[in-house]
Amino acid sequence: MNNKKNPFSFQLNVSDFLPAEESEKQGMVVMRESVSFWKDGFRRLRKNKLAMASLFVIIVIMISAFIIPAFYPYSYEQQIRGSENLGIMEYSESELERIEAGEKVFPHLLGTDSLGRDLMIRIMVGSKISLLVGIIASAIILVIGSAYGSIAGYFGGKVDMIMMRAVDIIYTVPDILIIILLSVTLKYPLKELADNVTGFEWINTVGIGLISIFVVFSLLYWVGMARIVRSQVLMLKEQEYVVAAKALGASDSRIIKKHLLTNSIGTLIVTTTLQIPSSIFTESFLSFLGLGVSAPMPSLGSLASQAIGGISSYPHRLMAPAVVISLIILSFNLLGDGLRDAFDPKLKN
Amino acid sequence: MGGYIIKRIISGIVTLFLVATLTFFLMYLVPGGPFLSEKAPSEQTLKALQEKYGLDQPVGIQYLNYMKRLIRGDLGTSLKMRGQEVNDIIRTRFPVSAKIGLMAVILAIAVGIPMGSVAALHRGKWFDRLIMLISTMGIAIPGFVVSTVLMFFFGVRLKILPTFGLTSPLHYILPVAALAFYPTAYISRLMRSSMLDVLGQDYMRTARAKGLGQFKALFKHALRNAVLPVVTYLGPMLAGILTGSFVVEKIFTIPGLGSQFVGSITDRDYPLIMGTTIFLAFLLITMNVIVDIAYKIIDPRINLK
Amino acid sequence: MSKTLLDIKNLRLSFFTPQGEVKALNDVSVSMQEGDVLGIVGESGSGKSVTASSIMGLVSHPGRIIGGTIEFNGHRIHEMSEKEMRNIRGKEVSMIFQDPITSLNPVYTIGNQIREVIYLHTDLNKQQAYERSVELLKLVGINEPERRLKQYPHELSGGMRQRVMIAIALACEPKLLIADEPTTALDVTIQAQIIELMMELKRKINMSIIMITHDLGIVASMCNKIVVMYAGKVVEAGTTDEIFYNPKHEYTKGLLRSIPRINSEKHEKLVPIDGTPVDMLNPPEGCPFAPRCEKCMKICLRRMPEFTQITSTHKSACWLLQKEVFEQKRREGK
Repeated sequence: MNNKKNPFSFQLNVSDFLPAEESEKQGMVVMRESVSFWKDGFRRLRKNKLAMASLFVIIVIMISAFIIPAFYPYSYEQQIRGSENLGIMEYSESELERIEAGEKVFPHLLGTDSLGRDLMIRIMVGSKISLLVGIIASAIILVIGSAYGSIAGYFGGKVDMIMMRAVDIIYTVPDILIIILLSVTLKYPLKELADNVTGFEWINTVGIGLISIFVVFSLLYWVGMARIVRSQVLMLKEQEYVVAAKALGASDSRIIKKHLLTNSIGTLIVTTTLQIPSSIFTESFLSFLGLGVSAPMPSLGSLASQAIGGISSYPHRLMAPAVVISLIILSFNLLGDGLRDAFDPKLKN
Repeated sequence: MGGYIIKRIISGIVTLFLVATLTFFLMYLVPGGPFLSEKAPSEQTLKALQEKYGLDQPVGIQYLNYMKRLIRGDLGTSLKMRGQEVNDIIRTRFPVSAKIGLMAVILAIAVGIPMGSVAALHRGKWFDRLIMLISTMGIAIPGFVVSTVLMFFFGVRLKILPTFGLTSPLHYILPVAALAFYPTAYISRLMRSSMLDVLGQDYMRTARAKGLGQFKALFKHALRNAVLPVVTYLGPMLAGILTGSFVVEKIFTIPGLGSQFVGSITDRDYPLIMGTTIFLAFLLITMNVIVDIAYKIIDPRINLK
Repeated sequence: MSKTLLDIKNLRLSFFTPQGEVKALNDVSVSMQEGDVLGIVGESGSGKSVTASSIMGLVSHPGRIIGGTIEFNGHRIHEMSEKEMRNIRGKEVSMIFQDPITSLNPVYTIGNQIREVIYLHTDLNKQQAYERSVELLKLVGINEPERRLKQYPHELSGGMRQRVMIAIALACEPKLLIADEPTTALDVTIQAQIIELMMELKRKINMSIIMITHDLGIVASMCNKIVVMYAGKVVEAGTTDEIFYNPKHEYTKGLLRSIPRINSEKHEKLVPIDGTPVDMLNPPEGCPFAPRCEKCMKICLRRMPEFTQITSTHKSACWLLQKEVFEQKRREGK
């Protein structure tokens, strides 16, 4: 077209009024990437700096709890004569002598306790105990709770009603009291078992206190998980009916089921992750009261408890386990929160 | 409504019964039973004990006797404390714990509710982040860490607050603060999310559309609704205060029921352990029943005429 | 000669979210006279509710007016302070919302909530306020008003709750009632009752109404003027007759085609509008409806169409109309 003077000041030409092609139209449509549930969730999680930092802390603590003690020059029950009550990085006289003699003596990074035991290794082993308790207890709760909840949800009707009534009663039982009671009393029959019945000697090595804790968790703490699993199962069941009633094609029902299952798994992951710090919390509480693992096995709770007496002279004996246990619990909580924000579709905007 | 009350009370009684039974049978796992101390008692004492508790009778009969005693309110006699009645021990020590517990509850509510509300109002801003950080730490850090750290900083390092016993009003500050830490953090978070929920509700929009100012809308419409979930937390909170008291009383050397209980565990004073457990369970279960019923009364949606 | 009650000119409003600026309203102009019943039609996200909220000054953070003016009943809304707005809300302009269940506070009685607005804007004492509440409930067709005043929202049916909302909105006899999808959450039969009620009240107290909805049926029966919105812009405006009988915008035509009609031929297909709604974070340069428009031209994708005035009351923003003008001028130019 020749450049005629246009009545329009912003230069429209005839070609502008030609119909637009499909390709041009598509280009204007900004399609949001449809990502899979997991990819999307992990992407959101990675963006959450706090959750990522917590994950890092957890990994660091796990390494120092599970891997480092194998290579550490001191062991948790090892009482070194002459090295009692050392401060941070302090050497005892005999150790100094050995250094002068040319020997390499690994420093006591956090000093020693009144029996000459290196505090650093005891804290690391204590962390191991806490982490183990947390993870195993949560695993137990997950298994029992899921089984119970799925059965109740799947069968429904009378079975469901009875099972959930039981759950309601267990829920109202004051758990801490029962835990304390069980921890006090289970020691005896467990000891009997360990000493007298073959095949149960491992009870002594694992520690009666520890086992009592697991027994207690298995008896009481799975109810929360059972309720959650049950509601998920009920939702899945409802979808089945809805799908059948609406006579959707097979592909639709599979999509819905897949969607629900991934949602359920997401919820389970979050709940289990958040159960871990709760279990660790309870274990440290019991150890603090003297009801957890038995000496000389250290627990962060019992370490703190023992350190109170010397709080003015050796504050680090209290601060170190206190900081570590707080870090562990806090990190798991933050990670759990992060997981929930990342995978809970309700919060998606 | 009345039906619910009755159902709830019965449920509470069943639970209590369960706890009492569990306590009894668990105690029997202890070698020699709970009424004998680990050292062999003298002939005289043994006879007296046998008479009182029917120790030579089968377990079933002993159980019935036990339940009969409980219903009468007889919680037994202490093993280690020179024949003192458990009831007396509880009567002396419980008021101390109750006082501190009550103060902690009031503190938690008085601080937690405003803190959570303000955080919700300033969502995303620095104040909100700060409150969320503090409250997340508050619910993660175990009670014994909080108590010992408070004791260390204010008692040992700065030396401005006493940490032993309860002889002056100042003595109350640290134990109550330590005890209130977790509930305050929890209430704060709960209040924040509840308030955020409420603020997004349509009736808040209606209130503003009427011409109501922001503050008035908040106090009249938002708070009343947002507080409801906190009421449901009262039950678990009391349980938390109870267990928190074990730790706090031990650390700050307070002559309350909590430290007594912890001590009885270490001492293996079984009748005392049993009696205290039953008493505490009774307390907790009763409180839970009351709170549940109160909630149903307060929320008009449930209050069907 | 009726007065101009509301004049919104070139309103631009955005929400500044963490994800970016959401341009909710992009140069919106709406006007109405006293006595009008104006229908604002569009799909969700078109900006109709935001427009209404901005008249009330109730656009919540992080939303902000970034351009344009709003004049209502002699007030310059866009310049007014919060305190000044409070005097107007509930008194000169009122609003009722979609879901009556959630619009009433569950923990206070109906009477309490009605009296609240009376106390806010009048000097009536307790007794007088009570009497006025009774009067209002009667006005909106609720029987046994004394009993109802003592009840809680959950004790009333959906239709009754919406009547209560209307009573609250009318308590101070506003000049303008804004109804944001008031019947969407209700049964069809109740819907009809509520609409009838609104029209009756309009006559009784001489009130103007803005009816926001996506339901063209309601608009047809109630409104005398219509504004069609899409993706934060007005795409067409005119009288009800003009819009229904002579729609000029492809979107409007599409909306009209997709209504099922009772008297249609058995084999007439429902024609839904193709495509997906616009991403408001990155609105396109040209006409927002272009990607979904059958008659899309190249220019539609590049530039925002201007308004073509079809009659004194009917305008539409579409390049197709401009094309006609352009071609005519070209012919004349030759």
